[in-house]
Amino acid sequence: MPAVHAEGLFKVFGRRTAEAVDRLRDGASVAEVRDRGAIPAVIDVSFTVEPGEIFVVMGLSGSGKSTLLRMLNGLLEATAGTVRVGDDELTALDDKALRRLRQERMSMVFQHFALFPHRSVLDNAAYALEVRGVDRATRRAKAQEALALVGLEQWADQEPGQLSGGMKQRVGLARALAADTDLLLMDEAFSALDPLIRREMQDQLLELQASLGKTIVFITHDLNEAMRLGDRIAIMRDGRIVQIGTPDQILETPADDYVRQFLADVDRGRVFTARHVMVEAPTLVSPTAAPAQVLQAMQDHRSGSVLVGDGDGRVAGVATEDAVRAAVAAGAPSLAGLPLLPPVDVRATTTLSELLAPAAQDEVPVTVVDDAGRLLGVVPRGAVLAALGGVPRPAPSLSRAPADPVGATAVTTKEAVRG
Amino acid sequence: MAETVLRAAEDGALPQIPVGDWIDTGFDWVTENFSPVFDVISAGTETGVEGLRDALLFPPPVLLAVLLAVLGGVVRSVRFAVVSLLGLLLLISMRMWEPAMATLALVLVSAVIAVAIGIPIGVSAAKSDRVSAVLRPVLDFMQTMPAFVYLVPAVTFFGIGLVPGVVTTIIFAMPPGVRLTELGIRQVDQELVEAGHAFGSPPGRILRGIQLPLALPTIMAGVNQVIMLALSMAVIAGLIGAGGLGGVVVTSISRLDVGLGFEGGLSVVVLAIYLDRLTSAFGQRRGRLSGFPSFLSRGGTVTASPVATSRATDAALPGATTQNSPTEPAR
Repeated sequence: MPAVHAEGLFKVFGRRTAEAVDRLRDGASVAEVRDRGAIPAVIDVSFTVEPGEIFVVMGLSGSGKSTLLRMLNGLLEATAGTVRVGDDELTALDDKALRRLRQERMSMVFQHFALFPHRSVLDNAAYALEVRGVDRATRRAKAQEALALVGLEQWADQEPGQLSGGMKQRVGLARALAADTDLLLMDEAFSALDPLIRREMQDQLLELQASLGKTIVFITHDLNEAMRLGDRIAIMRDGRIVQIGTPDQILETPADDYVRQFLADVDRGRVFTARHVMVEAPTLVSPTAAPAQVLQAMQDHRSGSVLVGDGDGRVAGVATEDAVRAAVAAGAPSLAGLPLLPPVDVRATTTLSELLAPAAQDEVPVTVVDDAGRLLGVVPRGAVLAALGGVPRPAPSLSRAPADPVGATAVTTKEAVRG
Repeated sequence: MAETVLRAAEDGALPQIPVGDWIDTGFDWVTENFSPVFDVISAGTETGVEGLRDALLFPPPVLLAVLLAVLGGVVRSVRFAVVSLLGLLLLISMRMWEPAMATLALVLVSAVIAVAIGIPIGVSAAKSDRVSAVLRPVLDFMQTMPAFVYLVPAVTFFGIGLVPGVVTTIIFAMPPGVRLTELGIRQVDQELVEAGHAFGSPPGRILRGIQLPLALPTIMAGVNQVIMLALSMAVIAGLIGAGGLGGVVVTSISRLDVGLGFEGGLSVVVLAIYLDRLTSAFGQRRGRLSGFPSFLSRGGTVTASPVATSRATDAALPGATTQNSPTEPAR
């Protein structure tokens, strides 16, 4: 079941709103409706948010994105259409049921933080629980946990006024996390922050999301932010959604010129990460493999080096062709004593612009590893440049590179590997 | 043409509207039909004011003066305590203590009632544009109608004495309480109210937990204004026999006694300064005994002190932020 489902959603301000909805449905233009005193903010919007995904709604100011968000938790009443949260039809609830739904199922993070200046940081974080009627000790403990998640546990007793912007928004995030709702609505949550802090907060959100797995609807006017955070992005213009898709889909097949214009501003080097460009990792060569077989495999694949594993899925180092050949000449029984070059490791979240320097050296392939150091894939050098230049990739992810990537050829034959 | 109209008006061609007669008739009707109600109100307020006055006069004047000064010291500053002690001792030495305490009792009772009525009205005006629109001309009327005019109907309803004094004082003093309450609540950052709604707070809880606490400095500025206006009206009420310092001033006028009038007036000033500084300190400290702001730097305006008001208003807007979405009252 989708976490949030919006169907044919309209929000019209001003006069004769119902009439305006009918006319818009019949294909009247916004200007025509405006002439009759109605101000449409959201027009016939439908979308579905799956549990655990970050759904970003991107649009310029006045595109209706904040209005849309406020209809998802009923702060604004939809003029027409339905919103479902889980199996509850939010648009059909009375005030009391709506309040309960907000208390138990959704929380919100605000652009200007909306912290209560007369409450301590801890009491701010505990607000949602307090409203829900959770007893004092429990809610303070949970709020403290939420503050710890955002790294502000030592600030619990301060007043919000003493914090910097980034810290304030962390408290805002902690307040929403303490509520422990599945759905998180974030209204331009990082837009009021300095670029550096904003990036930090984006990273933190992604980290938290990786462990908490909330469903997040995130509003932003910044396409770079949308691309970085979003599993899927809805682009809004003048109250309508013009395209919904994954960042890749939007980059590769923009729905119209409007979206294309936006994409011109996308900093691909910061939006795309190693995850986007890496290809399936070659099987690691065991240190016990016979040098002659390894050399043969390398020559078959015209590859200049191989990745030597440590037997536990991690890269111990890189053996160049010259080194392997020397081992063969010396009659060494295995690769064990071979002088290895240190691996060039990056993470899956490393951005393309950060990948440029590692990719520039030519002897050692760039390896993508996880937190435990295990190999996830390698980055073909050509793929970095292709992604930066906007060359579409044939298949979405973890595909084998079309051309043989320099220095990253898989040595896959079992004999070669196991020796 | 214009001349013709003017002449016609002079000649009585323009009908005379007997507003005065209508008002008279209306008041007669109210007096006849509601006199039991007025009797109850009379008895209640009289007991309240006289009880409080007697309580204020029960301890030795010097002791009470010291207690009041200590209170000032606690909420404001040591310097304020010293200055108010000197002022209050001056009242005693001028033999004005008794009328001053009578006036203080009248002011406090009227102000408490005015605030008790005014704040809920202000809250409802903040919540509803319609109530606010209806209320605005009524408040304008209450504030701009010359204070003396209230005395006449009050006397018709309640006779001469303390009670009409209290009633006129309440009516005259209430508007700033209503206005600043409305202003204070409307100034609370809309995003904070929205946050309350977003986490599922019911409206009453948002009012008590978010709007009222954040509007408190502005509301306290309103309370301060209510007390100041009550003091000025309480003196005018001396004309209809409300007694106290007003009585002293009225007596001095009828006897053309400059000295007595000055003593009465000076006593009013002492009371006014004490009450103003005390209540504005309550408004600024926001729940804790903070700082010792300079007493003398605050200028010497006795009644309506815009300084106090604007300060408190600024304080009510911590980093006033704007909302970027079309506003509509949240459900």
